[in-house]
Amino acid sequence: MSLAIDTQTGAGQSFRRSVAGKVLLTPKGGISGCYLICLLLLALLAPWVTPYPYDVQELSIASQAPSLAHWLGTDEFGRDVLSRIMYGARTSLSVSFTAISVSVLVGMTLGAAAGYFGGMFDRFVTAAVDLSWSFPEILIALILVAIIGPGLHSTMLAIGIAYLAQFTRLTRAQILGLKNETFIEATRNLGASHGHIVFRHLMPNALAPVIICGMLATGDAIILEATLGFFGLGAQPPVPSWGAMMSSGTAQIFKAPWIIIFPGLAVAVTVIMINLFGDALIRALDIRAKLREG
Amino acid sequence: MALLDVRNLSIDIHGIRPLGGISFSVDKGEILGIVGESGSGKSLTALSVMGLLPLIGGRIERGTITFDGTELTTLPEPAFRRLRGRRIAFITQNPMTSLDPVMRVGAQIDQVARLHLKLDAKAAQARSIEIMEKLRIPEAATLYHHYPHQLSGGMKQRIVIAMALAADPDLIIADEPTTALDVTIQAQIIDLLVELVRDRDLALILITHDMGVVAQTCDRVVVLYAGRIAESHAVQAIFANPRHPYTKALIRCIPREDTVTGSLTGIPGAVPSVAHYPAGCRYHPRCARRGPPCDGIVPALEYPTGGGEIACHFPEGAGDVHV
Repeated sequence: MSLAIDTQTGAGQSFRRSVAGKVLLTPKGGISGCYLICLLLLALLAPWVTPYPYDVQELSIASQAPSLAHWLGTDEFGRDVLSRIMYGARTSLSVSFTAISVSVLVGMTLGAAAGYFGGMFDRFVTAAVDLSWSFPEILIALILVAIIGPGLHSTMLAIGIAYLAQFTRLTRAQILGLKNETFIEATRNLGASHGHIVFRHLMPNALAPVIICGMLATGDAIILEATLGFFGLGAQPPVPSWGAMMSSGTAQIFKAPWIIIFPGLAVAVTVIMINLFGDALIRALDIRAKLREG
Repeated sequence: MALLDVRNLSIDIHGIRPLGGISFSVDKGEILGIVGESGSGKSLTALSVMGLLPLIGGRIERGTITFDGTELTTLPEPAFRRLRGRRIAFITQNPMTSLDPVMRVGAQIDQVARLHLKLDAKAAQARSIEIMEKLRIPEAATLYHHYPHQLSGGMKQRIVIAMALAADPDLIIADEPTTALDVTIQAQIIDLLVELVRDRDLALILITHDMGVVAQTCDRVVVLYAGRIAESHAVQAIFANPRHPYTKALIRCIPREDTVTGSLTGIPGAVPSVAHYPAGCRYHPRCARRGPPCDGIVPALEYPTGGGEIACHFPEGAGDVHV
């Protein structure tokens, strides 16, 4: 008895450690985790680590091929592509993280309320979710940006709303399964209010699959942000975004291909790494079955 | 007047009446057993007292439930919520699923005291650990930080009991608190509950299908069959002299030391479903003593001179029935 207890002391920390361990100690999770941490650091520290400012134009060195001075070359205005990609990471990551966070928070609340209370509210939410589920996210985002007008904040809002349905649906499905569990009944029997049951017991239990789903959606959101940027609907010049950089590179795709290739690579590699990390997380949390229910 | 007094309780769930005219009462320091097979209405009785019938689409059709002078059948939900957990606590059947898997067990005990007694986090923790120690949970301060999956079934049931005790209730309703546990752990948990009742002057309603548990623990027992009271009496009296054929059959089902291997007895047949209750005495299709009136006339609940209640046309020792 005492032996069993001793080995389990500080259980919470060892639990969390073991999930982090399970993710980072696999090749998939380790590589993607390191990449994402580096990218995050570069984005955060961009003003201090970039070799050149992102917005100073120097037409004398326009469209130069990669060299020692400019590792990834310069664009059509003579700006350093590497520096702009690092700043672009800021835009990309902040837009997709903010959008998905808002989407997760609102979607979880909506889904939990709909699943827990049921009735007319549930029917209304489900109908709205099913309706928006039938359009591609890019279409919803395009329509919303068209209504609100282009810019960073509207991109965040548009992406956030475009992914709302997914989290609402997943959370609702989780809550539907959880709300009839004995421990919910037991909590109710002890006099807990609806709010206490939903926020303290139902939501934490529904969290793991939603986190995974949010992780994978962040990858999609980066592509969506790049797409909107490509159409000139995202961050407005001179703020660099990977989509806008690719868009400006199309004109010189044969003359100076580095202008379009490197931001494109940044998008592709980042999305692949996020997906790999999500995959490792699914395995570590062992929730494949739960994700399928959603 | 007793702490909890249920009179003539009938409930209605979507037009079905699974309980018809149940009466019982329980006072402080007393253990009342409610016994019956699955489907006899034991758990619905508990749900009615907890005011949770609306959750399954039911309502109280007739009768009164009086708790410490308060009429519960007409109590509005917000007031009822303050009562639940605070004055009336409920222990569910299965400790394996009664705890939130992603919350530390200590926090789950805390939340009850914080909710009802408005304690702060520190005071609630101290109180929870104290309760855990009283329930003889070894190394309570360590186990306080554990998650449910790290505990054994018996420990989990103790945590569930600790949650029930956290706000110092007057009445505990335990719905088959030991069915999911090993026999040895069962005995420990039952002993613990009895000790709590004696020490804290609690009232306990023990819902079970096990007459053996009733014999060990209860002061009084109500035998339910298909939503009606078959018999109720003090435990010694009912075991010494069971008068209803159903009670007798239930007692015969307890395995004894001298039970020959392979000779465990059951009661032939099954409890009728709510939709197909037979006319007359609901037990008559399975009863060995049935006679002509049993399939047509509902036996009235009688109060024999020796105390207790019985509803049977042909009770054992019928000579002393006093109508």
